[in-house]
Amino acid sequence: MSNQLDLECRQLVKSFGKFTAVDNVSLEIPKGSFFSILGPSGCGKTTLLRMLAGFIEPSAGDIVIKGQSMLGVPPNKRPVNMVFQHLALFPMMNVAENIAYGLKRRKLPQAEIDKKVADVLERVSLPDAGPKDVTQLSGGQRQRIAIARSLVLEPAVLLLDEPLGALDLKLREHMKVELKQLQHEVGTTFVYITHDQSEALVMSDNVAVMNEGRFEQVGSPQDLYYNPQTAFVAGFVGDSNRWSGRVDSLDNGKALVSLDDGGAIAGISGNDRVLNVGDRVELFVRPEAITIERDSSAQTGTHIEDGQNTLSGIVENLLFDGANSRAQVRDQQTGHQVTVSLPQTGAFSDLKSGEQIRLSWGVDKARAYVSQAGVGKEQAA
Amino acid sequence: MIPSLPQSKFSTRLYAAYITLFFIYLAAPLVVVGVFAFNDSLFPSMPWNGVTFDWFIGTEEPRIGVFNDGQLLESIGYSGFIAVCVTLLSVFVGTCNAFLFERHNFPGKNVLYIFALMPLVIPGVILGISILIFTNSIANGVEDSFGLDLDFLRPGLFIVIMGQFAFVTTITTLVISARLRKFDTSLEEAALNLGATKWEAMKTITLPFLKPAMIGAGIVCFLMSFENFNTTLMLVGSDSPLTITMFDRLKQGSTPALNAVSLMLMVVSGALALVSVFVQRDKNVPDNE
Amino acid sequence: MSTLQMTSGTEKSTTIPMIKLGTFLLMLPLLLWLFLLIILPHLDLLTVSLREKLGYREYAFSLQNYIEFFTEPLYWNTFVRTAVMSIVATAITLIVGFPVSYYIAKVIKGKKRNLLFMMCLIPFWVSELVRTFGWMILLRESGVISNFLQWTGLVDGPVELLYTDATLMVGLVYTSMLFMVVPLVSVLDTLDDSLIEAGYDLGGSTYSILREIVIPHAMPGIASGCIVVFMLTLGNYLTPTLLGGKDSLWFTEQIYNQFITRFNWESGSAFGFLLLFLSSVIVFVGLKLSRQTLADTVK
Repeated sequence: MSNQLDLECRQLVKSFGKFTAVDNVSLEIPKGSFFSILGPSGCGKTTLLRMLAGFIEPSAGDIVIKGQSMLGVPPNKRPVNMVFQHLALFPMMNVAENIAYGLKRRKLPQAEIDKKVADVLERVSLPDAGPKDVTQLSGGQRQRIAIARSLVLEPAVLLLDEPLGALDLKLREHMKVELKQLQHEVGTTFVYITHDQSEALVMSDNVAVMNEGRFEQVGSPQDLYYNPQTAFVAGFVGDSNRWSGRVDSLDNGKALVSLDDGGAIAGISGNDRVLNVGDRVELFVRPEAITIERDSSAQTGTHIEDGQNTLSGIVENLLFDGANSRAQVRDQQTGHQVTVSLPQTGAFSDLKSGEQIRLSWGVDKARAYVSQAGVGKEQAA
Repeated sequence: MIPSLPQSKFSTRLYAAYITLFFIYLAAPLVVVGVFAFNDSLFPSMPWNGVTFDWFIGTEEPRIGVFNDGQLLESIGYSGFIAVCVTLLSVFVGTCNAFLFERHNFPGKNVLYIFALMPLVIPGVILGISILIFTNSIANGVEDSFGLDLDFLRPGLFIVIMGQFAFVTTITTLVISARLRKFDTSLEEAALNLGATKWEAMKTITLPFLKPAMIGAGIVCFLMSFENFNTTLMLVGSDSPLTITMFDRLKQGSTPALNAVSLMLMVVSGALALVSVFVQRDKNVPDNE
Repeated sequence: MSTLQMTSGTEKSTTIPMIKLGTFLLMLPLLLWLFLLIILPHLDLLTVSLREKLGYREYAFSLQNYIEFFTEPLYWNTFVRTAVMSIVATAITLIVGFPVSYYIAKVIKGKKRNLLFMMCLIPFWVSELVRTFGWMILLRESGVISNFLQWTGLVDGPVELLYTDATLMVGLVYTSMLFMVVPLVSVLDTLDDSLIEAGYDLGGSTYSILREIVIPHAMPGIASGCIVVFMLTLGNYLTPTLLGGKDSLWFTEQIYNQFITRFNWESGSAFGFLLLFLSSVIVFVGLKLSRQTLADTVK
């Protein structure tokens, strides 16, 4: 069974004193896939990665790589290699020496080392970089060398610790595509940690969303985006409008939620949990799930008509960003601010702030999650 | 005040004149020492009698040049031996201390750090006498109890080396620690991750990174040891190192042979100082001192 | 983050302090160095200073050495004189060195600046003995300056410039200059030019900018420079011996005389301890006044 899995974690726990950085995490990564761990800083993802690399011993649980337990195996004996956050290229060595470092430790004959170094440089499209100094390379080139240095050792799993963080935006966009392609070509299992959801969504086969030491949800990027299972995932992956309120009534799985600031929105449960009347919930609606139309009626506030939530409001701010343009709309009656995506067709390109518009979205686009607030986390502070 | 502000020509010139005078003050003693090494006279003083190289290569009394002066040559030998020992010891201990203070945590760390800085503020003469007394106490104690005469604990090369080592080690500790502080520990982790053992990571990554600081600190140590006077004066036995020999000659009235030695010292020190500057200039680490 | 620090703090207090074997082995050279060469010798120095010689290797506890110091005006005067001269030398070094440091840090830029700074350092790579020797050649009766003055006709016969307090001061200031200039340059380097420009822009005069912006900023450098220079001057032996006059005894010379010439280690130790005490007190007061720590001053 475990033949199919490159990496498996079983009930992994790491505590520092009373603080639990990684809390009972289990995961299975099939061979050859690109797996991302996405979470805000301090969520424990780095601790998890360092446990996989062997720099931290887990407090409990097991790490199995290619069917073998890694407990007690020092970092230099593990079949995993890591691309460090700041790359950790050795400044006292040139590119070829950097790549050859691991091979030399394996005491391979020099001729074989040279051949492998040349091959891997070819693969990352830097065939002539060998004799260069690492300081002579550009950010993107350094990135590729750091990956080549690990890949040349043909690891079972390649760990990547936010390696794109230090790059500027344009290069980062480019490297995302390049990394995904590289992974596809070499077929090595990649475990990539990041706090940048776009990196995780674009590159990964599967993503685990991590928060406060736990996995909130593991699934394909599409799954996470369209079908988030927890309020945290709904809020963290992609943009959302967010309200909190209380379930007033239930009708065939559709809940009418009266909002704390007034008004009501109908929605459905975002996960398997059945909502009950009186539950406190968080409601999430994606900006692009909302359709807009010009509205000249004097009607304001929220309504529910024909299975659609509707809301009229005044455009407060226009946030033009090309295909990603948005408008912030204020409901005069309740004071809610709602962010909506403007259609990419440019249909509303003449929209002005101050105009009154009508927003509507399907009841099934409003996902409600029972509030977890106040459970466990605030005590520490 | 600063070049971007307008100021009168007069004050600018006055300032420049002051700076010029200052550098003349700095250079004057060194220049005269060098120049008088070539004076064709028995004394390093006016009048100027023309150029001679006797004070380097002369062979006949009273004009014995440095290269034929057995006592001077011998004392240079002693100084060199002492300096090499002090350098090796203090670079080794300084490196250990750097790792200890930068990488380890233990109770009493701050107190030990303060103690490690103490030798900087202890006057050299006092460091000398305290080590003299202590080694003497041990030697006497051993002699009284066991009848053994531990000759190396009496004034001489060994305790001179110990005395210089005692304060020079503070310098190496500071210099090497400063460099180690700039080391990115993820480089070591990367080495481990690529299959290196801890020792291999140290040998191939950390020590090469520290090498410029170790060489630089070593050169500073060598020079400080070679030129040390105060501590050495209290601990010296019959084998005098160069500074002590020169001091004795200076008190008796000197020949320009002393200028010749001094000139050579200046040239060698200057060259070593330049080497240490170049070694420590490092392209990999931004200089933020 | 705060949680992590909080818990690690409590953890520390509950576990018994244990030193790992590796840490201990690494600590061994440090401990040997500090105990055998610094701590124990100074304790021994204190012990010896507190005893009296009764016969061959026969001693008794006594304050005699200290009493002798306070009752013998020669020792006492030398001590005070050394302290006062050291303070004066420190002040002169500061006054002479500050404009130079300011010039290097703020007025000139680029390659010239580095060259000038290097030139400041190079003399100090040369042995103190050689430097002092240079001053002797310059200042002695048959020296360069005396001859120059005769040549210009300002004086009729040879003039002896050595062996006066002024000469001694010239030598002391020269010897310590580096230790004033280096901390001053590095602290002035961190002063942003725009602060001076702002001061000027807001109507400040050169003097008021110097007093209210530059000097307060340079205070840590001034403090550490002064402390080091004072220490070095107080402990100097060579310069006072070679440049100072017959009656201008320096306290280190007294120590040397007790030890080497008179072979009276007991009173020599007492003198050494008093000097160490004096320097520690002054350094301590200096650090407190300037709100610095010893660890800061070596940075």
